[in-house]
Amino acid sequence: MEALLVVASQPLSVDEIAVATNDEAERVETALGLLGERYREGRSGIVLEQVAGGYAFRAAREAAEACSQLFGRPVERGLSPAALETLAIVAYLGPCTRPEIARIRGVAADSAVAGLVERGLLTEAGREPDAGGAVRYRTTPLFERVFGLGNLSELPRLEELGADTEDIRVRLHAVAERRTA
Amino acid sequence: MLVHELELDLEAFEGPFDLLLTLVLKEEVSLGDVDVAGVVLAFVEDLAERDELDLEACGEFLVLVSSLLELKARALVAGEQVELDELDPEEAAEELARRLAEYRRFKEASHWLAERLAQEGDRYFRLGPAPLAPKLEPRLAAQEPGALAAALRALAVEPPPVSLAHMALRFPPVSVFLERFRSLLGRRRRFDFDQEVEGLTNAEQAVAFLALLELRKASEVTLSQAAPFAPIRVARAEQETPAARERRASSTLRSA
Repeated sequence: MEALLVVASQPLSVDEIAVATNDEAERVETALGLLGERYREGRSGIVLEQVAGGYAFRAAREAAEACSQLFGRPVERGLSPAALETLAIVAYLGPCTRPEIARIRGVAADSAVAGLVERGLLTEAGREPDAGGAVRYRTTPLFERVFGLGNLSELPRLEELGADTEDIRVRLHAVAERRTA
Repeated sequence: MLVHELELDLEAFEGPFDLLLTLVLKEEVSLGDVDVAGVVLAFVEDLAERDELDLEACGEFLVLVSSLLELKARALVAGEQVELDELDPEEAAEELARRLAEYRRFKEASHWLAERLAQEGDRYFRLGPAPLAPKLEPRLAAQEPGALAAALRALAVEPPPVSLAHMALRFPPVSVFLERFRSLLGRRRRFDFDQEVEGLTNAEQAVAFLALLELRKASEVTLSQAAPFAPIRVARAEQETPAARERRASSTLRSA
């Protein structure tokens, strides 16, 4: 199992490991738990993490400086605020189309989406059902891995994120009342 | 700076930005008169006077201006109903606030992602194309080489020539039916055309009808039909010409 996890370049699910090792999923999970104990922060240079719906090895945080001397982070480098807004919209609403993203952001989403697809953080996910339907996009497992998410449900609830629009709502309603009067 | 504080001084309007939007929605200011470019210029000039770029305000401004442009574009399309057109000011204000709230929530989500990215900055992992998965060889049932050879041999055989005989239209000569009808009239005064041609092919019936017309032209017969598509009654002409009588007689002799 360690060998599989070392060779893999993306997280492996319990089922995938079970098929490859010709073993039961329960035993695989138990073994993964033991591996997690052995390969954890402060105890090993490599850490077993549960991310993007599977398990994968990564470097320990204390080795980050050494890694940065030798390796770059091409995927995350240069993620602009526009790209992050686009990612947020697709992560919460996905699959969704570029017009839907543009409607929320108020600007065209073509450039941002194309860049994120090229980085492997977004991917196409079918089309809208109507004739000539727009292409839909969703986040990739790489997105979850880059942001350290076990899955998309680990994102904070959208309702809880600061929607401090009471001020503009109050002001707009006040204006509306004056016009109605 | 918040967007709604932006003061505008346009030809069609003077006042705060959010008031402009509400008035447009209420149709108290014509959408066609709103110089959106002027609104953008005012915003940009206001930004230039400040020391630092307020990205949040820029984002909000973009959402509101794009909503304005969307309304304007829809109003230009013939027959297109502006969705906010039928709303009263309270509902229009609520819709506008909803759109802005939605944008602000995703903006906060993007801030959360940025913070998360910063936290995960010291996490390094292997990135690369997935290793090649072994290709599954499709399993075929055992085949007989002889069967393949036989199939290929069949392909090499010349196909039989296709007969086009069925496409040739065969018309019997009109004279055949002329003789027949004259012979009939020699034995009886009248007959039904439909009964006489029953069972014949379409081509033969057409030729028989031509023969009938020839007889009529020669005044050898009279034709009658009780109603459209009713049976055609053929009768020997009352006033038969000598030539016609001779022809009928010779036809009767030949058929005897």
